[in-house]
Amino acid sequence: MRDSVASVLLPVLALALALVLFGGFVAFSGVSPLEVWKLLFKGAFGDAFSWQNTLQRAAPLILCGLCVALPARAGLVVIGGEGAMVLGGLACAALPMLLPLPANAIGTVLACLAGAIVGAVWIMLAGALKQYRGINETISSLLLAYVAIGIFKHLVEGPLRDPASLNKPATFSLAEGLRMEGLAGSDVHAGLVVGVVVCLALAIFLRSTVWGFSIRVVGGNLRAAKLVGLPASFWILVACGLGGACAGLAGAIEVAAIHTNANASLIAGYGYAGILVSFIARHHPLAVVPVAILFGGFGAAGSLLQRRLGLPDASVLVLQGMAFVLILASESLRNVQWKALGHRLLRSATPQHAPVQEGVR
Amino acid sequence: MSADQWLTFLAAIVGGALRVGVPFLFVSLGECLTEKSGRINLGLEGVLVLSAMASFGGAYVGDSFVWGILAGAAAGALLAALHAGLCSLPRVNDVATGIALMLLGTGLAFYWGKPLIQPQAPQIPALALGDWSESPAVRAALQINSLLPLGIVLAAAIAWCLHCTRWGLMVRMAGDSSHAARALGYSVTQIRWVATTLGGAIAGLGGASLTLFYPGSWNESISSGQGLIAVALVIFARWSPWRCLMAAALFGGAGAMGPALQSVGIGWGYHLFNTLPYVLTLLILIFTCRPGAIAQGSPGELSSNA
Repeated sequence: MRDSVASVLLPVLALALALVLFGGFVAFSGVSPLEVWKLLFKGAFGDAFSWQNTLQRAAPLILCGLCVALPARAGLVVIGGEGAMVLGGLACAALPMLLPLPANAIGTVLACLAGAIVGAVWIMLAGALKQYRGINETISSLLLAYVAIGIFKHLVEGPLRDPASLNKPATFSLAEGLRMEGLAGSDVHAGLVVGVVVCLALAIFLRSTVWGFSIRVVGGNLRAAKLVGLPASFWILVACGLGGACAGLAGAIEVAAIHTNANASLIAGYGYAGILVSFIARHHPLAVVPVAILFGGFGAAGSLLQRRLGLPDASVLVLQGMAFVLILASESLRNVQWKALGHRLLRSATPQHAPVQEGVR
Repeated sequence: MSADQWLTFLAAIVGGALRVGVPFLFVSLGECLTEKSGRINLGLEGVLVLSAMASFGGAYVGDSFVWGILAGAAAGALLAALHAGLCSLPRVNDVATGIALMLLGTGLAFYWGKPLIQPQAPQIPALALGDWSESPAVRAALQINSLLPLGIVLAAAIAWCLHCTRWGLMVRMAGDSSHAARALGYSVTQIRWVATTLGGAIAGLGGASLTLFYPGSWNESISSGQGLIAVALVIFARWSPWRCLMAAALFGGAGAMGPALQSVGIGWGYHLFNTLPYVLTLLILIFTCRPGAIAQGSPGELSSNA
């Protein structure tokens, strides 16, 4: 109980402190902190329009967060979700060019599936390099992300380019029937629902199935896992594959619902923001959803800060950086025994003259 | 290709290696020093971008490139010191902290750097080593960044300090076995603090050469991940400052492949050639790493060994 209170309270307090610090930071630019906080809230959660904007950004963040969270549960720090995401988007855009897909929901699902598979393969590559060659997965996944972005640019500007896209190279647009429509006439697309459902499913998978338990054992104590005969490499690859599939799916959904084709605006840093989301959610699939919505909200409010107060668009990046730093630092307070600390402070605060005076006499 | 084209191509590669390699050299030296003390600083990307902005701002405000270089080193040191401070807290993961500082550093740089996108700042003077040649391509390629000799001296100095001085031994001991360092009464936290901060200052020089030499202006896409690649570079250099020189030259050359091919009229695969440094690192890692074994020359305390 105490532990779960701390898991919620510490990040929330750290976030509040980050907001206070950010207020002080913008005050140097001559902007009223009060105004900034109000606009942050308004731009993120103030009305139906900003909620749409927030949720639209939250969808890829949820899935990219899972790309970090799942391997992390198996003990791997994978930070190359961006690569899986852009390749997933590319696969989604490329599949209809290679195969005649039915222009309906089945086609959409197939295209998204292609994205998920490509993403899974990409992150599994990092997992395999770790298991079979002993290469640190953090570094290899990062390198693979750069390679993926290179491949993406090469294909989008070369073989897969729509000759009609002059200034901004892009692939051919998806047929009308393949695109994802907004839910109930809003800008929020089915990707959000997919993200939330995937989070729920993975939370149940990790908590209540033998397979999920195996992944957690491998991540919790590799030696113990090997001693009880779990095939560690296999479960690490499964976790990487599932995570990569989520990131690939994020890219595919971005293409199907927002961009309609694969172009450079797909490389928007969602993969890197996902690292942040997952660490703050402490790699728990259920906690990923609210954290992603919060960060989607920050992103949505950023443009409002820029328009209304003339703050640089990077101010949201500063806020995110502060929040991440403080939340990580707050981890060190987790094991502090507050009661004992309070007693000790009280004892040292009250002067203890009596024994000394007795000694003097 | 004709002989002339070959010359242009080779000059473009060598020139590219010399220009693009300098930031690589400084970040890899900084990372090398940090990792020798047993800590990984993935936040060097943030350090690089922030110090690039600070150098440009410093040179612009102080109207001299010297101020720019000093401002860059100071900004790098500050951000790295924050990394060191955070990592010394209990239960704080250095990889995650690095990513957080990458975000914070780039955020701060973009925030404060907005007014610096337009103006011009005094640049670091170039050393013209190519004056003996008739060919304009060779002359252009051998316009060398004045920070490069400093980088070479720094590499030598770090190598010497690590191997031949008491302080170097302390850093290596903190990196190889923190228990041994503690048993001898040294504060591992302090050693790592100093090493990380110094590493940040050195990486800050890389930022200075980005905005004050090549490309020579401040914009938000100034770094193409050189700070992140530093970690891979150091692995490639097997934690030796001397080999960092070689690694930086190789990465600079590989990065110059795409533009060099373009300069002789081959535009195909520009983006693929740009990924060469990353592919190269991956291949090297694949050939040099062994499962279950620590990479040769790697400090024993690094979290990437786990």
